[in-house]
Amino acid sequence: MALDKKGIAKRIAQELRDGWYVNLGIGIPTLIANYIPQGIEVEFQSENGILGMGPFPYEGNEDADLINAGKQTITALPGAVYFDSALSFAMIRGQHVQLTVLGAMEVSENGDIANWKIPGRMVKGMGGAMDLVASAENIIVAMMHTNKKGESKLLPSCSLPLTGVNCIKKVVTNLAVLDVLPEGGFKLIERAPGVSVEEIQQATAGKLLIEGDIPEMTIEQEGK
Amino acid sequence: MNKVVANVKEACEGLESGMTIMLGGFGLCGIPENCIAEMVNLGINDLTCISNNAGVDDFGLGFLLQGRQIKKMISSYVGENDEFERQMLSGELDVELIPQGTLAERCRATGAGIPAFYTPAGFGTEVEEGKETREFNGKMYVLEKAFEPDFAIVKAWKGDTQGNLIFKGTARNFNPMMAMAGKITIAEVEELVEPGELDPNQIHTPGIFVQRIFQGEKYEKRIEQRTVRQKE
Repeated sequence: MALDKKGIAKRIAQELRDGWYVNLGIGIPTLIANYIPQGIEVEFQSENGILGMGPFPYEGNEDADLINAGKQTITALPGAVYFDSALSFAMIRGQHVQLTVLGAMEVSENGDIANWKIPGRMVKGMGGAMDLVASAENIIVAMMHTNKKGESKLLPSCSLPLTGVNCIKKVVTNLAVLDVLPEGGFKLIERAPGVSVEEIQQATAGKLLIEGDIPEMTIEQEGK
Repeated sequence: MNKVVANVKEACEGLESGMTIMLGGFGLCGIPENCIAEMVNLGINDLTCISNNAGVDDFGLGFLLQGRQIKKMISSYVGENDEFERQMLSGELDVELIPQGTLAERCRATGAGIPAFYTPAGFGTEVEEGKETREFNGKMYVLEKAFEPDFAIVKAWKGDTQGNLIFKGTARNFNPMMAMAGKITIAEVEELVEPGELDPNQIHTPGIFVQRIFQGEKYEKRIEQRTVRQKE
């Protein structure tokens, strides 16, 4: 069965390593914070100016001066720090943040990403996405494998305006985990439980590389 | 040096139609509410506003959009505002969207005497169009320039009469860089104190960057996305 959004978040959470600073985008990536593996300590950065972001506040404890990049009210954990936007993007461009996870509308087989603009629709802006994808060493895209029309989001080349070029290294979808190879192509690493290689092949428009038996993902049922 | 002005009216003296104005804030967090209200009162228009966002329909820069006082917005993200969308799609409002980190660094560069800098953000995208690009150590970068604002308007939590500022939480955001960037920088604060009352070790923006300071009459501090968790 294909994963739901929580499943995608749980699978990506397995990529977290102890001691990492992590920037999570809006949508599926935000859910990852709920599934940090036992025994691992990571710190979340929100690009509007906080490291050490905690969970949402309890009702009555909301602080208008404490929000995340999605403009949601948040809390700060012990050891948290606030900073200005220039310093925040110095952390990002300077590669001090070990992992960035963000959503996408399209990813191409050479690692291009499109996630900020659809021609003919109101353009809301790229926010910090272009800075993040242009700089981060380790970027994971979290998204559904196909769009609402059933069309593949993993393409030979992006059709939508780009957010960044040659930057995506890994994609985790409801169907599969795929590495984007430096020489181009999506290398199938894992299948979602019960999803066949054929199904993944069918949902992937870009070049798909399949070597040997492709294992199923193991998704932990319980997160921290 | 005493930078105190009597009120918001005096603080905003010299703001005129056609000017380029930087306004601090991220979403509705850390925006100069009192000065925005005064800009509405002044009825100035044809403004170019540099601000990360454009407020919501009935708060923040949304007030200036309602009165069609803004000619051009320079921002990184402009969702959550129907009137903005209407003016943008009808062509009444010119919008320049730039990556958030580039926006922050352009503000910082403006105040730091740096005319331009290279950043990787936007290379290979439409952001790069018309700009110089260059390779450093095998990676491509885009040349981005400083701004030329007439005024910068920022909001801080506490400030002293010398213009030294301390921000609170994530309300800091773009305010410190914009404070550096204004030919004239206006700071409105929630609490104005005497020199010596702020610990010099804790000051975020030194008063040298601030020309005018006053205590805002009131702060609504509206929350854009109130999000809470359930008690366990």
